[in-house]
Order: sequence, then C-alpha cells, then structure tokens
Amino acid sequence: MTRWHLSRRSLLAGASGTVVAGTTLGRARGAYAAGKLSVGFWDHWVPGANDTLTRLCREWAEKEKVDLKIDYIPSQGNKLLLTIAAEAQARSGHDILAMNTWLPGSHAERLEPVDDLMKEILANNGPTNPVVEYLGKPDGHWRAVPATPGSQMKGPASRLDLMKEHAGIDLLAMYPPDGPANAAEAAKWTWDALLAAAEKCHKAGYPFGIGLGTTSDSVDTWGSLFQAYGARLVDEQGNIVVSSDATRAALDFSKRLAAFLPADAIAWDDGSNNRWLISGKGALIFNPPSAWAVAKRDAPQVAEKIWHHPAPAGPKGRFGPYLPYYWGIWAFSPNKSAAKSLLAHLSTRSAAEQLVAASQGYDIPGYTSFNDFKTWLEEGPPKGTLRHYPNSGDQILSIAAAPAPHKIAEQIYNQATITKMIARMVQGGESADKAIAWAERELEGFMRG
Amino acid sequence: MAQAAGGAYRERVVARGGSLARRRAWIAFFLCLPLILLVLALVVYPAFYSLHLATLNKSMTRFVGLANFTFLFKRETFWMVVEQSVIFAVSAVIFKALIGFLLAHLVHRLPDKGQRKWRGMLLVPWVIPPAMSTLVWWWMYEPSYSALNWLLRSVGLEAVPWLGDPYWARFSVILVNVWYGAPFFMIMYLAALKSVPAELYEAADIDGANAFQKLIYVTLPMLRNIIAVTVLFSLIVTFANFDIVRILTAGGPRDMTHVFATWAFKLGIESNDIPLGACVSLFMFPILGAAAIFILRDVHRRSRELAGVTG
Repeated sequence: MTRWHLSRRSLLAGASGTVVAGTTLGRARGAYAAGKLSVGFWDHWVPGANDTLTRLCREWAEKEKVDLKIDYIPSQGNKLLLTIAAEAQARSGHDILAMNTWLPGSHAERLEPVDDLMKEILANNGPTNPVVEYLGKPDGHWRAVPATPGSQMKGPASRLDLMKEHAGIDLLAMYPPDGPANAAEAAKWTWDALLAAAEKCHKAGYPFGIGLGTTSDSVDTWGSLFQAYGARLVDEQGNIVVSSDATRAALDFSKRLAAFLPADAIAWDDGSNNRWLISGKGALIFNPPSAWAVAKRDAPQVAEKIWHHPAPAGPKGRFGPYLPYYWGIWAFSPNKSAAKSLLAHLSTRSAAEQLVAASQGYDIPGYTSFNDFKTWLEEGPPKGTLRHYPNSGDQILSIAAAPAPHKIAEQIYNQATITKMIARMVQGGESADKAIAWAERELEGFMRG
Repeated sequence: MAQAAGGAYRERVVARGGSLARRRAWIAFFLCLPLILLVLALVVYPAFYSLHLATLNKSMTRFVGLANFTFLFKRETFWMVVEQSVIFAVSAVIFKALIGFLLAHLVHRLPDKGQRKWRGMLLVPWVIPPAMSTLVWWWMYEPSYSALNWLLRSVGLEAVPWLGDPYWARFSVILVNVWYGAPFFMIMYLAALKSVPAELYEAADIDGANAFQKLIYVTLPMLRNIIAVTVLFSLIVTFANFDIVRILTAGGPRDMTHVFATWAFKLGIESNDIPLGACVSLFMFPILGAAAIFILRDVHRRSRELAGVTG
C-alpha cells in the first residue's frame, strides 16, 4: 500500500475552517475533514469507462474524507486543451487535470513536480515505457503522473480477410490470438511488405487508409515510419539533423506509399481513417481500437475481421506509436497532498486493471508490467484482436519527433512537420532536398526560446 | 417688487435646471456603467492582455519586447497566412457584396405580397449558427464521402478534391463564407433601396435614363454610405473568421488555407506557444484599423456632403 495517505499536517491545513486546532486526528476525520479536491478528467468515449473511474475516486474520497469534485472534460473541439490553457493563465481551476502527450512538458513550470510520488509508484509498478518517461519527465523531473484512461497505441488495425486475400499476408500467423508474436513470421512484417500489400490492396479496390493530414493519427503513423528508417529531424542535443540519407530514404519511401493511398488522404483528419475502415473500403489503418469498437456497433461484419497488431519494421527497427495521458497537479493547487494521495490510489495495478476493463481494452497503462491484463486476451470478436494491441514482440514504443528536446519536439509534432514534408513532395511536386530545406527553415523557427 | 420676484423665480428655475441636467448626466452615466464595465472587461482588458502576452517568450517566463513580431516577419508561413487572409477576406467580401446587391434588387422588385417569404428564405444561411451550417458543408465536401462528388459522379463527371487540393480548398472556404454572409448584404441593401425616394427614379425616367444609368447615377450614389459601412463591417468579420476554415480544413492542406485566426489558434493553443499565437492575432488589428480609417473617412465626407446639400 502506498504511503500517500494524507499527513496530519496536510489534513489540518486542508481542513482549515472545519477542524478545530488541537483536535486529535481521529476526531478530525469527520465528513470532508481533509478538505476539498477538484479534478478534471478526460471524458472517455467508451460508455461506462467514466463510471469506473468515478467509483475508484469516490472510494478513495470516502476513505480519506475529502470533498471530491469530478468533471469529465471532452477532448472534442479542443475543450480539454482550452480548459488547460485557461487554467494555466488564470492560475486557478481544478487541482488535478488530465493532460495528453506533450502538455506536462508544455506546462512544466506551472505543474507541481511529482518525483517523490513517482518514486513510490515506480517502486510498486516497475518502470514505465520510454515514451511515458520522455514526455512526463521533460526536464529531469516528473511533471505529471501517467494516467491509464486515454493512453493508447496507434498500431495497425487491419482486415484479416483482405490482407490475406489480396496481399497474401497471414496476420494470424504473425500475431496469433492465443499466444505471443511468432518471431519468424513477424519478421516478415516490414515497411517494404506494407508497401507491397498497399499496392495490391489498392489494385483490388481496398486502399490502405493512412492519412497525410496534420492531425495526430497522420503524424504518429509517418513518425513511426521515419523512426524505422532512423530519420530524425532534431537530435537529443537540439541540433537540426533532418538533412540526412535516412530522411531522404524515408521520404522516398513515403512518396512511393502515398501513390497507393486514397486520393484525398492529404485532407484527412483523425476521424477519416476510422470511417474508411468501418465503411469496409479499406484494408488497413493505423489507429487504437476505437474504429473497431464503433464497427462492432455499426458494422459488425467488418469488426469481426479487424486485427490489431504491431507496426511494420524498418532498417532501424520496429517502432509503434504510443500516446500517453497524464494527470498533472497544478502548482497553485491548495491541496497538493490530497491530490498526490488520489493519484497514488489511481496508479495501483488493481485500479489500472479495472480502468482497462472499463475501457474495453482501449487504454494501455504506461507501466510495462501492466501489459498482461486479461481484458486484452478476452475482447472480441474476433477473440484476441487486442492481444497484441499493447506492446508485443520486438516493437519499440515511440512518438513522432522524439528524441528532440521537448519544446522543439512538441512544435514538430503539433505543426506536423513530417507529414507536411511528405505532402510537399506528393502534392507540391517538390524534391526530397527541397522538402528537407523547407523543414530546416521551419525547425530553425522552432528553436525560439 | 414683482420684477424682483420674477428674477428670483427665473434664477431658481435656472438653478433647478442645472441641477436636473447634472442629475441626468449622472443617471446616464450609471445606466451606461454596466456596459462600460462589460467593454472594459471583455474588450479593453483582453486587448491589453494579449499585447502583454505577445511580448513574452515561449514559456511565458521572460519579457522579450518585440522579438516575437520580428521573428514572425522572418517566417515564410506567416507571409503565406497574410496573403491567404487577404485573398480570403477581399474575395469573399467582393462576392458577398455583389451577390447581396443582386439579391436585394431582385427581392425589391418582387410584389409586396411574396416579398416577405423570399426575404425570409434568403436570410436562412445567415441565421443558422455558422458552426452548424459549416458542418453540413463539410459533409458535402468530405474527402471520402462527399455528397457533392456523389452528385458529380452520378452525372458522369469527375470527383473534385474539395478539401484535398489547396486551391480547391481555398475556393471551398470562400464559397461557404459567401453563402453565409451574402444575406447580410442583401438585407442591408434592401433596406437602403427602400429608402431611396421614388421621385429620383421618376426624374431619371423623365430625363430618359435607362436601367443601367439609373443604377449608376441614382441607386449607387444613394447606397454609397451603406455599401461602405457594410463592406467595412464584413471585412472586419471576414478577416477575423475562424469557424469556417477551422471546421472545413483546419488550415490545410500544407497550411494553404490558414487565416490569421486559425493560425493563431494552431500556434497558440494547439502548439502551446501562446505568445506567438497572440502576436499573430494582433496583426489583424493594424490591417483592419487602416481599412476602418479609410472607409469611415469616406462615409463621413459623404455624410457632410449630403448634409450640405439638404441644409
């Protein structure tokens, strides 16, 4: 059990006005004796997922005697992003807010460091995957606690039947439903194999649905390709290294692959690929299981043929896009001790397992030892479709723009520099060198302090 | 005696009148106070706050003066956004004004009985919340399932990449803006047309003027002020447009449909560079300020001319 129970001092501080000084701790623990706590969680799209999180929080609040207020804030229409920006400016609002991917680093100066809490959580749960640490510890300090709700992989979601029939790829042999990845078979799943399959499926009338837009799904997919080729835009030290043979090779490959993608892929957003797969038009997309979950409801005949599996491998390895969510405590929070206590409670293995089950397997906690929950083995149809959705086989979890320093990587990611480079070649007819020169100028701008 | 009493009475009346005027001024001030406070809170404070933000570094921890502005001047994307904002606003306003003018004339010529019905129907695009109507347009343009492309294909024509090709995408966002804004011009011009004295047209008829001459020498001069004001108003609103571009293209493809507001949002909120976002949004101010000065000066001069004619 974690030591993040509320201390006597914080309890008294939090309950000022309601607790008479000098009262013994035992007597002080009346209703809401430990003060108030306000939390803004990400509003989960899976029906019922919020209920489990609420129940876990209420259990904690009852035990710790905290007056807990929970808001669920949707990410649609950038509501959560705007709430975070507004509270950061106003220095007022929730004590804890859910923050995705880059936000703990963006607001590092305004967040309470949680090194002490993370030390204890990591001692209990084991290490996080490298992406979680890269994003959550941007300046050598943990700025937020990895959250289970919303954390996701964006590997391929493929049609078993179409891939076998038109591309001759047996995904079940590579990533079987009842066991770990078959290393020998999975080794054949490379970006070159994907390109060949894309061409065949395109000819058969089922093009792969990979967007070339500027939203997260597009950036993650092409980012994993760049990493598989060893193409980096900016290195760990902040040097611009985009002009390299690796980048030229990745761009050349991207141009060849783009020829077999839907004509308007350049205008796709994060919903376009989902609709593409659910409609039955496409053989493969890169996405968490949300498209599959919607297909289960709207197009069950499509859903039962969808298989989630790791990304293809390139010359430098197999890189799977992982996007974590975090819970950050604002530095202005008046009840940090209670906030840390709640986050410790939500970071236990038991809580994470319940949250994963409630999300029907969509959420993937950032702790590598938590990748064995039974939800992923049982979800279907087809049964086992999520078995290889958490990390599997030789896949390395990654995020586009890494390993650049956080503030630069954030700009590369959010301004979609990688997909814009490809779009300049595919649509603008530019050469690889010209696209790289453009990217260099953009990157110089991102260095602004 | 009577004279003295009359003088005192006059003094009392004058004194009472003065205090009444003072009291009225205070009442007027207090009645306006909520509005003044509202303007201070929602217009003046945000304007100065965004000026303050624009002078901070990316992490908002240090004052950097005008460094963000000079930085923007060196960015090619910034100049592309300037060009696109001008293309978007100017072309949309021209088409809105032309279509509104045409529609106003058509509706004006309808018999009174049917006119109200047509007026109501033509105003529909303007009264629907733009975010909602733009979503319908997005569905018509949607890359994979475009309703417009379905129609084109059904008559044997090629599908159009409405949002996928930068130039078609620019056309698409301008078209939606024109569709949304033209009814505003129509209703303003219609009201102005109704206020043009019929005697002027009768006199022109007697002088043998044809329809085109009546338009040039009677209608346009009489509508000049309202045209100037509507163009200015629409230019300001169109320059600051956010929802149409945001919903349809989010600035893509390749940033080629971004306008000031969408690019400011992209930089400030989505990329967490609030000072740079504030900087971009402030660039609209001098452009619109210059347009307002020129147009309002012309309106003022015209009003004085008219006052001189009638006075």
